[in-house]
Amino acid sequence: MGNTPLAFDEMMNADTNPRQPYENYHEWYEGQDRARLIAKSRDAENLFRKTGITFAVYGHEDSSEKLIPFDIIPRIISGREWRKLAQGIEQRVIALNAFLDDIYHKQEIIKAGRVPRELIERNVAFLPQMIGFKPPGGVYTHIVGTDIVRTGEDQFYVLEDNARTPSGVSYMLENRETMMQMFPELFHLNKVRPVEDYPKTLRQSLASLAPPGCSGKPRVAVLTPGIFNSAYYEHSFLADMMGVELVEGSDLRVVDGKVKMRTTRGYEAIDVLYRRVDDDFLDPLTFRPDSALGIPGIMDVYKAGNITIANAPGTGISDDKAIYSYMPEIVEFYTGRKALLENVPTWRCSEEDSLKYVLEHLSELVVKEVHGSGGYGMLVGPTASKKECAAFAEKLKARPSNYIAQPTLSLSTVPILVNKGIAPRHVDLRPYVLVSDKVQIIPGGLTRVALKEGSLVVNSSQGGGTKDTWVLED
Amino acid sequence: MLGRTANGLYWMFRYIERAENIARLIDAGLRMALTRSGSTDEDWDGVLQSAGVREDFDEVHEKLTSADAIDYLLRDRANPSSVMSCIDFARNNARMVRTALTRETWEATNECWIELKLALSKRVKPADMPEVIGTIKRCTALIRGAFHGTMLRDDIYNFSRIGTFIERADNTARILDVKYYVLLPAIAKVGSSLDNKQWESILRSVSAHRSYSWVYDGDYSPANIADFLILNDRMPRSLGYSYDKIVSNLGYLAKLYGDNHAAHETASATLMLLRSRTMDDIMEQGLHEFIEEFIVHNNRLGEEISEGYRFYR
Repeated sequence: MGNTPLAFDEMMNADTNPRQPYENYHEWYEGQDRARLIAKSRDAENLFRKTGITFAVYGHEDSSEKLIPFDIIPRIISGREWRKLAQGIEQRVIALNAFLDDIYHKQEIIKAGRVPRELIERNVAFLPQMIGFKPPGGVYTHIVGTDIVRTGEDQFYVLEDNARTPSGVSYMLENRETMMQMFPELFHLNKVRPVEDYPKTLRQSLASLAPPGCSGKPRVAVLTPGIFNSAYYEHSFLADMMGVELVEGSDLRVVDGKVKMRTTRGYEAIDVLYRRVDDDFLDPLTFRPDSALGIPGIMDVYKAGNITIANAPGTGISDDKAIYSYMPEIVEFYTGRKALLENVPTWRCSEEDSLKYVLEHLSELVVKEVHGSGGYGMLVGPTASKKECAAFAEKLKARPSNYIAQPTLSLSTVPILVNKGIAPRHVDLRPYVLVSDKVQIIPGGLTRVALKEGSLVVNSSQGGGTKDTWVLED
Repeated sequence: MLGRTANGLYWMFRYIERAENIARLIDAGLRMALTRSGSTDEDWDGVLQSAGVREDFDEVHEKLTSADAIDYLLRDRANPSSVMSCIDFARNNARMVRTALTRETWEATNECWIELKLALSKRVKPADMPEVIGTIKRCTALIRGAFHGTMLRDDIYNFSRIGTFIERADNTARILDVKYYVLLPAIAKVGSSLDNKQWESILRSVSAHRSYSWVYDGDYSPANIADFLILNDRMPRSLGYSYDKIVSNLGYLAKLYGDNHAAHETASATLMLLRSRTMDDIMEQGLHEFIEEFIVHNNRLGEEISEGYRFYR
């Protein structure tokens, strides 16, 4: 640990005055009774439990539904900071889509020697079925959640591009709703840019990319693996807020070249499917034959131009952790400009020199599985024991290409409410981006916060919490 | 609407109805135990039968005691019809059809689940029984209130109501099926205190001991009790009232969708039967036979609805 004192505090300056975006909030906070805030905080938890905003934790039998802890102190970003971030995110998302289009068509980036061929073609996230196919509107990744961390006043890094099925947007919306209910006065004191249009914008964005075979008003649906999926709450929430059907694989069937859902009056066609089911499970005829979550034959319908699948199958190749280290090259290759947002320096353990360096500096680095997610299967060197490091080193040597390593960044902190008052905790940020014929970025996003003192792991599956995230109008 | 959603709504409301009815049966059983001297364990035999779980109970218990019977009916998850199982199923179905429910209906259901999970986490002490029964009735009443106060009167509403009334008709018929012999005029020793208690217990298990007095001027007679539970179209738990609701909700669906199914014919035929018969006719045919036939028809109707509206296929 030991990185907390050095971390950039987003609320307070070193001289104990608040930073500019937090000025109004700080003044308000100073006038609050702490006991009242703690009581409010408990109210918030009850509200979430009552609403059923829960997620399932796999492998916990008795407590299969958990709440994500919510902290009532908002994370505040100035308009100026946001504009800079938004430009960088937009550039990156445009590059991701261009990259996907390229590797499933001409593969110019490979021919130009900027990205190694085997990295793409031997990657399980690369789907040969997508070669030569252009999805409706040429959009591959319709919904992106770009994970960003901050280390200083002007230092932002992209940690991950979640280009397959980023989750958490329901928490962004519910957190705001909760804050507005609990502290309406704060929204008079601060001009906070709204986020509540997200479901409407998402629906419009999806409908605007209806397939060529759609005549009339496009019918949108959300595909969920079902009520036992960890993100089921979010799936039902989004379908509800968008006013579209929430379907499961068992509701769908290919009839007369269209994907149709079984209704009380018979089968009705779906034009755009926002699927929250992984590629592998999407079509048992094309991918995993044992999948009960998908729709047999949907890939044929897709390729015939009779359904839009969002995000497109095969987008995983662009947010793969092995590809991540090439993102600066990828952004420059397709946009002709240097990446506005920096990448975290990354060692690819598949390269001999890098592996050597990583093994020698294991106690300083964060090592991640190339295909991992949710904070599982990673090593946080500075907080790991010698024994854990040694055990991890063996895994690393056995399958070096399965890992990448990054320096432990001193993530910025925002205070959380604790019994004694407030205390700084490390945060990250996941803004949500919608891509259609334009790129729309929702101002703010989901701030995840590590609740344990000194911890850098913000994942909800590992005890992280969330905050409402404000982008100010300025 | 998705066929799966219609199915989820139908079962969500069947389970809520069942949870409430099981609570009522337990309530009536407890009442019987209070007003009778001596061993009361055998009274629970009838309660378990009315709940349709008599044989299942024997599979997990060697002998019948009131404490085990109550626990089995209230909280045993091995019993798919225990109050806790019903609320689990109801809430799982509600989660599945979340997008079809108003926020109020969903939250009432979710809160019911949270509250009952807590109240039923341990064996309930006899002293706490009235409070727990009260909690179950209150929680399910809140769901019903939120549902009626906020839901649009469309097909979502119709499938939910049909689920409620198919279950209710089934439950009332089962109570009659178990206790029919107390209502037979030939056998009944009118005026004996035992029969009075039995009759009151029947009425109590459908929360109708007060309303019965209003309608029949407090005159306990087996024919009147049977009439109240079977034919009376103002008694909200009678077979007649339930079928009136089922037929009208099926009628709305037929109008909305523009087609009829086998279910419409079956439901109308049953309603016609209930409307055209008198209690004397039924007694002549045989009360027991009448009820058994009703249960069979009611089950068939459930299947026809699930087929006609593509619940599963």
